[in-house]
Amino acid sequence: MRAISIIFRRELAAYFATPLAYVFIVVFLVLAGSLTFFLGSFFDRGQADLQPFFTFHPWLYLFLIPAIAMRLWAEERKTGTIELFLTLPVTTTQAVLGKFLAAWVFCGIALALTFPLWFTVNVLGSPDNGVILASYLGSWLMAGAFLAIGAAVSALTKNQVIAFVVAAVVCFVLTVSGSSVVLGFFTGWAPQTVVDTVASFSFISHFTSVMRGVIDVKDMVYFLSLIVFFLFANAVVVELKKAD
Amino acid sequence: MAAMIAIRNLTKRFGAITAVDDVSFAVGQGEVLGFLGPNGAGKSTTMKMLAGFLAPTAGTAAVCGFDVQQQPIQAKSQLGYLPEGAPAYPDMTPRGFLAFVAAVRGFDGAERAKRIASAVERANLQDVLEQPIDTLSKGFKRRVGLAQALIHDPKVLVLDEPTDGLDPNQKYEVRRLIEAMAADKAIVVSTHILEEVEAACTRVIIIAGGKVVADGTPSALAARDPIHNAVLVRLDPASAPAASRKFGMLAGVKSIEEIEGGAGLLIRPADGRPLITEIGALARTEPWRVSELRVEQGRLETVFRHITGGLKSAAPAATA
Repeated sequence: MRAISIIFRRELAAYFATPLAYVFIVVFLVLAGSLTFFLGSFFDRGQADLQPFFTFHPWLYLFLIPAIAMRLWAEERKTGTIELFLTLPVTTTQAVLGKFLAAWVFCGIALALTFPLWFTVNVLGSPDNGVILASYLGSWLMAGAFLAIGAAVSALTKNQVIAFVVAAVVCFVLTVSGSSVVLGFFTGWAPQTVVDTVASFSFISHFTSVMRGVIDVKDMVYFLSLIVFFLFANAVVVELKKAD
Repeated sequence: MAAMIAIRNLTKRFGAITAVDDVSFAVGQGEVLGFLGPNGAGKSTTMKMLAGFLAPTAGTAAVCGFDVQQQPIQAKSQLGYLPEGAPAYPDMTPRGFLAFVAAVRGFDGAERAKRIASAVERANLQDVLEQPIDTLSKGFKRRVGLAQALIHDPKVLVLDEPTDGLDPNQKYEVRRLIEAMAADKAIVVSTHILEEVEAACTRVIIIAGGKVVADGTPSALAARDPIHNAVLVRLDPASAPAASRKFGMLAGVKSIEEIEGGAGLLIRPADGRPLITEIGALARTEPWRVSELRVEQGRLETVFRHITGGLKSAAPAATA
């Protein structure tokens, strides 16, 4: 626990030691805000909720989260610090968790900074704050799943650009697997179970139900198991490839 | 003397390439082992396995009795390691970086501050503590890496090229630091600078093609130089031919070589015993104006080049 917390603090501080943190937060806030107002017709809908805000999160995360995750391991390998880091008395699990938690909390900070929108809906009307809280939680969990994927991909390469692109593609596949385009490709010839399985892998279908305010164990399990699986993959990849 | 570093039959293959081939050695307390070898000989790979960064294909490495693969945390706790190139987080300051390493190694509060201060002093980092490591010169980066390796006062120190990129004064400081710490530690230092080995190491291992090809004290290895125990006589060039003839008649002389255009004679003994007494006695009775008379000790560099294949002369493979 102690080692994880020390690594966590160093990693979180590392985000803020470079302009990365500030650029990311500003871009995230600007995009989240403008998508909500322009594409999401926040005002025209005449409803006091944050659905237009949360709807775009999977698409925002698609390229913003890999940008946070890409440096986690690729940078360590590029600068050679991985050799120093992994010869300190820490286990690979501690290293993987410390790094992941730092990136995840950083996402949480960026997400929490969207609070003016929450103020706005509460000033304009009386939204169901329970639903909003559930949506925030769901969004953060989804960010964690994107991050775990990005972290595992980052451990595969020493090139941050490759880490970014590959992670974005993997996340894209997982995001759109529930869309009508992908499902339409399967429906008609594949058995219904296949279609359902493909759909159940989708970020969007799980996130949509969370966004409606339904905190279903199924969706929580989905996101958490994705996180656990990819962190495990991350640890395996670090062990296998650390010296390449 | 218990071995603080024990390497047994260590082997590492990368695909078809065998980088380290069945290397075994032990290092005890008080020993400073100079690890020599041409680039690509397997020095760094061996050190990476000893530090627990690379898993060996076969064989074991142990630090203070802890197997690096089986008990990695205990082994790494006893070990200070400076990786090749002295990597450090570029965005951190030396103070922040050392604080991180000290925290990971289990030091808190006042103890941590004390450890950092002592490492900073040993590595002479006082002036750059608050500058990002990124902006430091190569020499300072190296010293940050060194400070990091010393922060927990480890029993075993493994330093991969600690003086690379340092100026002569800094090299001297690092050598002094190593000597000062040597008594209660086992230290392994890899380097390309052979004078450094002669100055600071109690023992030398030369590795070539992944194998240990020589293991001994620096002077024992230097004695493998064919020139070892030859006597150099520097004298008036005009009398060189006459002197050469007379020296040739001494018992035990194997060959006499004129060097430096006749200004010196190199007299090699037949049985390895330096003939300085006989040569000196003879030189005193003759009017050759001898200006120098000395026994050659042999040079580590020549031996290194012989052993590692850099020098393919007719000189026979020496035996020590």
